[in-house]
Amino acid sequence: MGLLLFDVVLCALLLTLAGAAMLSRQLVHAVTLFIAFGVMMALAWARLQAPDLALAEAAIGAGLTGALCFTALARYAGDAGYPKPKLWLPLVFVAAVSALLLYSVFQIPAQPTTELSERVAEHLAVSGVSHPVTAVLLNFRAWDTLLELLVLLLALLGARQVPSQLPLHAGWSLSVSWSRLLSPMLLLLSAYLLWRGAAAPGGAFQAGALLASGLVILRLNQQLAWLSWQNFAVRTLVLAGLIAFVMAGLASLLLPGQLVWLSWPVALAGGIILLVETFATLAIALTLALLVVGEPEQEPADA
Amino acid sequence: MSILQLCSWLLLALGVVFFLAGSLGLLRFADSFSRLHAVTKADTLGLGLVVIGLSLQSHWREACLMLLIWLVVMGSGAVSCQLLARFSHEQQANPVEPADPGQED
Repeated sequence: MGLLLFDVVLCALLLTLAGAAMLSRQLVHAVTLFIAFGVMMALAWARLQAPDLALAEAAIGAGLTGALCFTALARYAGDAGYPKPKLWLPLVFVAAVSALLLYSVFQIPAQPTTELSERVAEHLAVSGVSHPVTAVLLNFRAWDTLLELLVLLLALLGARQVPSQLPLHAGWSLSVSWSRLLSPMLLLLSAYLLWRGAAAPGGAFQAGALLASGLVILRLNQQLAWLSWQNFAVRTLVLAGLIAFVMAGLASLLLPGQLVWLSWPVALAGGIILLVETFATLAIALTLALLVVGEPEQEPADA
Repeated sequence: MSILQLCSWLLLALGVVFFLAGSLGLLRFADSFSRLHAVTKADTLGLGLVVIGLSLQSHWREACLMLLIWLVVMGSGAVSCQLLARFSHEQQANPVEPADPGQED
């Protein structure tokens, strides 16, 4: 009874926050409401017993997207003469997407079949990890995760086409020292999440998002001068997730008895997954951080 | 119901009261400094009471984790309160254009 009440309140709160974020007249309020929506959404995923999704939603949906929206707002102030966009086109788009989503919700069978999770449990022993979600993401459906990394890279490359310079203010000493205190904790937590992903909720995306938030906090306080697309090492690490994934796939094809692309040999699966996830974490962290903070202002004009 | 449970529920209820008071202050106080004062102080104390209340009913490892969470939240609450207060203080001393066109105050 108590949990039912909690769920009803949570659903009502989610709908209210979503509506308020969309209908809010001021962008600052809309962004704040959207962040609150992300936190509540993470709670909803936790209630649906999807802790992997809850972690990712809390880190990306509430944390990084919020920072992204706020930095976008800070840049938006520069061009106040920007024409107001027309409302009907996004409305049509949102209505179409909502209709599609509603349609797909009704396609879900009312009684969830256990066939897929039974098959995952059956093959968990040969996956190299003991957490079913990680087994699906990094072994059984590794192709999907590879393409997700590609999507993230494409997003960064797309965002880089827009000149985006974040006006960095000299950090206040309090926020600088707090960022220095916070970032080692975030580093530790993200390494913990990465390592834990083999056996429990966690993994590359959650760890990467946490690491990215640490990078963003430091960068916004004018630390980490190397964090820029101009830096060769940063560019290499942004690609590292995809490269490690593809190399692992190609290398395992060379082993005897391996015929299928992106299927790991049973004996090495755990190590390969950890390797791929480590590089994916670094790549995700740097990609997300670069998406949020963009380029430093003092970048040389000829580069 | 044991004494321990009774204490725990009392602390939880007291924590909720502080949360409610802080939220009420956030909604009702006149200027941003008072609002910050209300929400950060009362919420920090409220969360602390809730953490102690829950700790009385849980394993010591969970209690330690909750204590850590409280410490981090307390630190970030204090820091963000200072930063927001400094921002609004500087804005009052030397008003610049608001970040969002059409933004009030």
